[in-house]
Parts: sequence; C-alpha cells; structure tokens
Amino acid sequence: MDYTPHTTDDVRAMLEALGMQELRELFADLPEALLEPELDLPAPMDEQAILAHLRELAGRNASAAKAFLGGGLRPHFVPSLVPALAQRGEFLTAYTPYQPEVSQGVLQAVFEYQTMIAELTGLDVSNASLYDGAAALAEGVLLALRQTRRMGVVVSQGVHPEYRQVLATYLHAVGAELRTVALEGGLTPPAEFDDSVGAVVLQSPNFLGAIENPAPWVEAARASGALVVYVADPLSLALLKPPGEWGADIAVGEGQPLGNPMNFGGPQFGYIAVREKLARQLPGRLVSQTYDVDGRRGYVLALAAREQHIRRAKAKSNITTNAQLTALMGAMHMAALGPEGLADVAAASVACARALAEMLARLPGVERVTPEPFFNEFVLRLPRPAAEVRSELAARGWHAAAPVPAEYGENLALFAATERHDEDDLAGLTAALEEVLQ
Amino acid sequence: MKRDFPVIFERSRSGRRGTRPPRPPEVDLAGLLGAENLRSAPPRLPEVDELTVVRHYTNLSRRQVGVDTNFYPLGSCTMKYNPRVNEAAAALFTELHPYQDPETAQGALQIMYELQEYLAEITGMDAVTLQPAAGAHGELTGMLLIRVYHESRGEGEQRRVVLVPDSAHGSNPATASMAGYQVREVPSGPDGEVDLDALRAALGPEVAAIMLTNPNTLGLFERKILELIDAAHYQGVQLYYDGANLNAIMGWARPGDMGFDVVHLNLHKTFSTPHGGGGPGSGPVGAKAHLAPFLPVPTVKREGERYVLDFDRPQTIGRMRSFYGNFAVMVRAYTYIRMLGAEGLKKASAMAVLNANYLRKKLAEVGYKIPYDRLCKHEFIAQPPEGLKALDVAKALLDYGYHPPTVYFPLIVKEAMMIEPTETESKETLDEYVEVMAEIARRGLEDPEWIAHTPYHTPVRRLDEVAANRKPVLRWRPEEG
Repeated sequence: MDYTPHTTDDVRAMLEALGMQELRELFADLPEALLEPELDLPAPMDEQAILAHLRELAGRNASAAKAFLGGGLRPHFVPSLVPALAQRGEFLTAYTPYQPEVSQGVLQAVFEYQTMIAELTGLDVSNASLYDGAAALAEGVLLALRQTRRMGVVVSQGVHPEYRQVLATYLHAVGAELRTVALEGGLTPPAEFDDSVGAVVLQSPNFLGAIENPAPWVEAARASGALVVYVADPLSLALLKPPGEWGADIAVGEGQPLGNPMNFGGPQFGYIAVREKLARQLPGRLVSQTYDVDGRRGYVLALAAREQHIRRAKAKSNITTNAQLTALMGAMHMAALGPEGLADVAAASVACARALAEMLARLPGVERVTPEPFFNEFVLRLPRPAAEVRSELAARGWHAAAPVPAEYGENLALFAATERHDEDDLAGLTAALEEVLQ
Repeated sequence: MKRDFPVIFERSRSGRRGTRPPRPPEVDLAGLLGAENLRSAPPRLPEVDELTVVRHYTNLSRRQVGVDTNFYPLGSCTMKYNPRVNEAAAALFTELHPYQDPETAQGALQIMYELQEYLAEITGMDAVTLQPAAGAHGELTGMLLIRVYHESRGEGEQRRVVLVPDSAHGSNPATASMAGYQVREVPSGPDGEVDLDALRAALGPEVAAIMLTNPNTLGLFERKILELIDAAHYQGVQLYYDGANLNAIMGWARPGDMGFDVVHLNLHKTFSTPHGGGGPGSGPVGAKAHLAPFLPVPTVKREGERYVLDFDRPQTIGRMRSFYGNFAVMVRAYTYIRMLGAEGLKKASAMAVLNANYLRKKLAEVGYKIPYDRLCKHEFIAQPPEGLKALDVAKALLDYGYHPPTVYFPLIVKEAMMIEPTETESKETLDEYVEVMAEIARRGLEDPEWIAHTPYHTPVRRLDEVAANRKPVLRWRPEEG
C-alpha cells in the first residue's frame, strides 16, 4: 500500500514532459555507486492486515488506564470532546502558521493557550509550547543564564531525576556548571547562592510528591541576582499557589495531566511561562494579537527575531517544531473543564492519593517517605526492591510501585492516584500489595 | 465590517460549567495541602458549556487550512498526506505508562525496537535512538554525539568549529551554537552545490563537523558528495546529515552509504505523521558504529524473545528527553513503513521527485524563473516573473485556495519560492496549480494594485506584523478584548 495517485498514464505523460523514459533517470544526478540499495524491510501490508498486526502487538501490553504510577504522567479523566476536536484534519495536518491569513485557527488557539498558561502559573507570558517538561526545564534554565549572563545553576534534588539528566546534557554542551542540593527529609533545604549562579531550580510538588515551601530559595535568589525556575505540575496549579505568586521568574512543566493520554511517555507538551521582562528571551513560537488591513482582529507569530530561521547561530534556541497539537489538547481540556472542573479533578486526585497512602502505609514493613503535605503522588519505602514488587503487582493486574532511583534511598517506590480510581481500585491494590509483601 | 471572531474568554460567563469530571469527595483542602499553599483566587480560565467549546474549536478549525483541506507545497516541510490509519494505529497504544513494568509493555517495546531497525536500514546507519522529540532536537542530539566523540579522543578542546553551508536550514547553525560550537559558513558555488574548493580550504584540525542536507535546500543533490566526505574524513571531521529532505531518496540512496556519520530524521515529514500545526514530531537519530556508544539512554534492545530498555551505555551523552521519546508518533511511522515496505518507500520518493520536476518544468513554461534549472529532487526553487514579489504571489495563492510555498528561503536566492509538491498529489492538482500560478503572474503584472492587496477572501487579510513585534499582545486581557 502506498498513497501515490499516479496512474501508469500519468507517469508516462509526466516523464515525457521531462524528456525521460524511465523513473531511474530522475536519479541520474546521484553517484552510480550509491544507487538502489536493496532495503531489507518486511513485505508491504494493506490497512486491514496492519491493523490486525498492531492489535496483536497492543494485546501484548497491559493497559495502564488505572495505573497508580506517576512521575508527572498519570491517567486522568479527559473529556471526550478533546480527542474528537484534536482529530479535525485542519488542526492535525497544518504546519507552523507562517501564513497567518489561513492559519487563524491554530494561531488563535495558541493565543488562548498562552493566556491560560499565564493564568495558571501566575506569570505574564507563555510561549506556544515546548517538547516536554524536561526540555522546558532545560530551555528555562538556558533563558535564565542568557538573561543574567552567568554560568552557574543550582538545582534541588526534588526536581524529577530525568529532567535533571536532560538539564545536565544541555548544560554540558554550553559549559555551564550544575550543582545539586540534596533533599533533607524529603524537602529542599534552604540554600545560599553566590554571584556566579544565574538560575536556581526547584519543583513543587517535588519528585517525591511533597509540596515545597519555595520562599527561602526565592529570597536567596533575589539576594544573589539569580532567577528562579519553578517546575510545577499544571494540574496542581488549579489549587496551589502559582509560581508567579511565590516570586518565581520562570515556570515550566509537563502538560500531560491537561487532556493528554500517557502514550507510553510521549508525546505530551512542555509549558514555559515567564515574567514580562523576559518575554524577548523566550525560546520557540509566540503568538501576538494584531489587526488586519480592514481593522479586523487577528493573530500572528511574533518576535521571530529570537528564532533560528531568522537569527541562525544567534537564535535563542534551535527549536522549530514543538508540541502544538498536544498543547492545543491542553487548551481544549482547560476550556471544557473550566476553573471549577479543573479544581475538582485536582481535589479528587489529592483525596484519592491521601486515602491510598494511608491504606498502604498500614501494611507491615511499608513506610511513607514523602512528608506532609503532599499532592497526588507519594513515595513509600518497601521491604524489598521496588522493581520486584512492581513486577509481582503487574502479574496480579496492578500497575504501581515505580522504582525510585537509588540516589533518594533504598527500596523506594513511587505511587500516584487520581480521580480515575475508585474505592474498589484502592482496596484492590492494597490487597495485592499485602499479598506480594507476605 | 464583520465582527471579530471571539476568543474563548469572551464567551465565558461566571458560574457556567462545561464537562463535569468525577465529583470529588468532600475534603478539607486547607488541612490536606496547608492553607498557606493554596491559591488566593482560582485561575481565570474560561467558564463555558460543552457545546460552546465544541463550536468554538470547530469554527476555529474552519479558519485553518491543512493538507486535508488544500494543496500545501511548503518547501522543506514534506506536507504529504497523513494517512488516517496512522491515527487508528496510535489510538491502540495511548493507555500505557512509561514506568509500567516493561514486561507489560512488550508490544510497545517491540514496535520501538523494530522501528530502530527499519530506520537504520533505510538510512544505512548502525544504531538508532528514537528519543529526540523533533528534527531540531535530533540535530542537537547528533551534534552532541559528535562532540562527546571528539572529547573521548582528546580532541574536544581542539575541534571548536562546525561548518554549515550558506543554504542550510536555520536550525543547523542554531543547533551548532547550542552544542557549544562556533559556526563557520561555507559558500555555495554557482551551481547551487557546496563549493568543494571553499570547503576544502575551510577544513582543518579545529573543525569538528560539517552539517549537510542532501539533497540541499535548493532541492539539488550534492553531486560531489563522495569527494566532499572523503576530504572531511581525512581531516578527522565528522559528517552530519540533516534528514529533512530524506523524502527525495528513500530506497534510491542512503546517507550511511554516502559516508555520513550521523543522521537525523523527521518522522513528521518523511514518514507521514501529522505536523499538528507545529508538532509534536519525532526526530530519531542514526549513528555509525563509532558513535553508537554515545547515544542517549535508554535504547531498546532484544534479549531472546524479550524487549528491554537498555540504560547500560557508560559513554552516553546523557538523556535528551524524559521517558522514551514521542512514542505515539513512532507508532504512526511504524505503520507507514510496514504498509509501504521497501518498494513503496522507493516509489514514494520516485513520485515525489517526478512531481517536483514536472512542476518545475511547467512553471518555467508559464513565466516563472528557475534559478537552478536542472534535475531537482523532491523540491525546487522558483522565482516570480520580473516585477512580482514572492510575498505577493504567496498571498494571491491564498485566495485561490492554495497554501503558498516556503518563501524567502533559502536566503541565498532572491525572492525565493521553495516548492515541494510531495508524492501524494495527483497530476491534475499540479496542472491546476500551474494554471493558477500562470493567472496570478499575468494578473499581477497587469494589475499591481490587485496583487499588492491580496488576499481578499480569507478569514482575515494581511495583518499588521510590525505592530505585533513592536508592541506584542501575548495574552488576552478583558480590557484589551
């Protein structure tokens, strides 16, 4: 199966127009030695056959629709209208809106998304999206270093370990220095920053699920001239005091909890929002309102002088394609639920996680490591390695107990609960864990 | 004058509810979360009913063109048809969590493993990572592989320069900067290909890599590619292949066989996954064996009948992304490759090249200039007839129901229009497009006023971009609405 519409007659007529007899002549400018390698790929399939094959592969996966797994990605309720509208071909098959007259759909949706993210984070300006939470963190830190013209970065160990790994990769490339402050009792201890530090990074709720008090870091950063990069789960911001109110300069995070499926880890979208004075340092696309020649309101890509296609080697970032459709799904999700619906989802998730933590922590040999207060994820110390426990739970039909990296301690497992879980789910997981640990 | 299309915030009414999520139990949030940690006021998100949300986005979508609605020959972007079966395929794999026991995700890991193998085969590389989230992210991954490779040989300090042709995509020099390199531009010769003598002169012990697109952004195959790569390798310089234009040569030639050391691909261009209005894409990177030890973790490997995530790569550049990359995009590309097979991929490239050459020939016949008028690959550069501007031709096309080509790129051609029809367009579509281009040229020259003010029939007309840049309005506020 291929999707080319050419009939034999078409091909003949088109080749004739070019004065050619054979398709091979279209590649006459390639060195002969390179031509027509034999590709060892499986035989072509039709639509029915590929779907049967994929269904069989899908059957070898166990659905995580009710997983008690976290790390910034979780199963959440998504209104049915979100995937339905996101599949509209106009949204699905457009590209970067360089022709604004015929791209008002995407441009206005981005403008609205930017507004929603600014509202959620308590900051002034959001861009159109980045790849994921980790890339958003790396870009946020690079932005802070550009602004402060400093090369030091201090990050709390409470920041998602995979985000910190991505950050380390990006910072190594530009020769910046990264220092990590270890958690104490599951929380980020106060720290002081010297004048080489351009960015300080903390996450709340942190990787262990605990809600941090960012105030001491914000104050210390102010005193030293560093900018504060705050990693926040956007769902938590339906209830929790937003980064802007805490005094952060830059907020970043993982957008999946807003209307996106888990997709085995991707795609989702990363968000970044900043204070007004940093807007011209933002990486990626930005959409501005403007007017057309008839005085009608419309939207265009703005401040492109920051971007790679104009600035080339001096661009703020190399980013071109970002995560437009998944960010659009986030915007649709927020529009459908509204402030009250989003707060309901967050509150149900918090209540469910609280109930689950209490039930599991009563099991012998199990202890909650995450301090109070925590949001919808938490870490337990188990009597055995988490990977083993996760595997035995999986054999019983439960996805839970993601292994926490050893840097946080021995036999630690990450749990999450959301509004998707009911009392039977909590009881079922508790019974299964009890059985596994016996 | 028509009314402005409302923003969703203008449709909001205090107290109106949309979709109701599961009702939360009565809980004391201040007690559970700490009163000092709560928001003082809820975020001002829109309060709208479901039908309003559905109408809003449905009507927004009608103010948007895509491949599904219009011919979209946007050069360098490979706007081919995005098969709907890909969407059905991806929908089978949405409810998977990256931290679930890998034993319970064997189907997903098998897809990743096999896709790694297929992409290695198609590009002629030895190992592939699927982690990068887009093309530019793949570029950064690839350049970091090269950097760590040079560091491992003790040449990291010495090799500080990356060579980029003046016709390169803007993301190439931007990536080289992000990877900590100085960028040196290499001029193109009069034939539109890299000037081999200038390149030879630019090579030296301080050069880490050359970033090349082949065919290049003029749509021309670099015919001296083998000599060029030999000369670079002789000096210890690594060759980076920007795979944005791979749609020209699938099954006809492989970057690995040309001698490239690293390749990135855009699954959302070559392998038919939708562009989504600007992502999400996926930018896998292929590497030759000497660079494989540095690939990001994890990759997927096969152990007997099982597929496992392999984190054991002591020399890795590190992680580029959380989790494993844009898996749902990989499923779509996997579906495409399995459906086309080797013959189908080869035919796709042949038809893409046939369409581009046919269009090049036909546009030349109706008065458009072709600055490099020879056999092109999947795209070519045209210029409007003397007296017309590329921008005005682009805007006029909008009124005729066509998405314009990429304009004013590459930078080395004045009034450039970069046209990439792709293989999924029919001869009739191309013929009708040529007729419209002819009419625009004729009418534009006769009536300069007319073309200068196109488009007339789009949802909005030419927009004030100067004002948007001078005093950007980046969010909705009630007082500005």
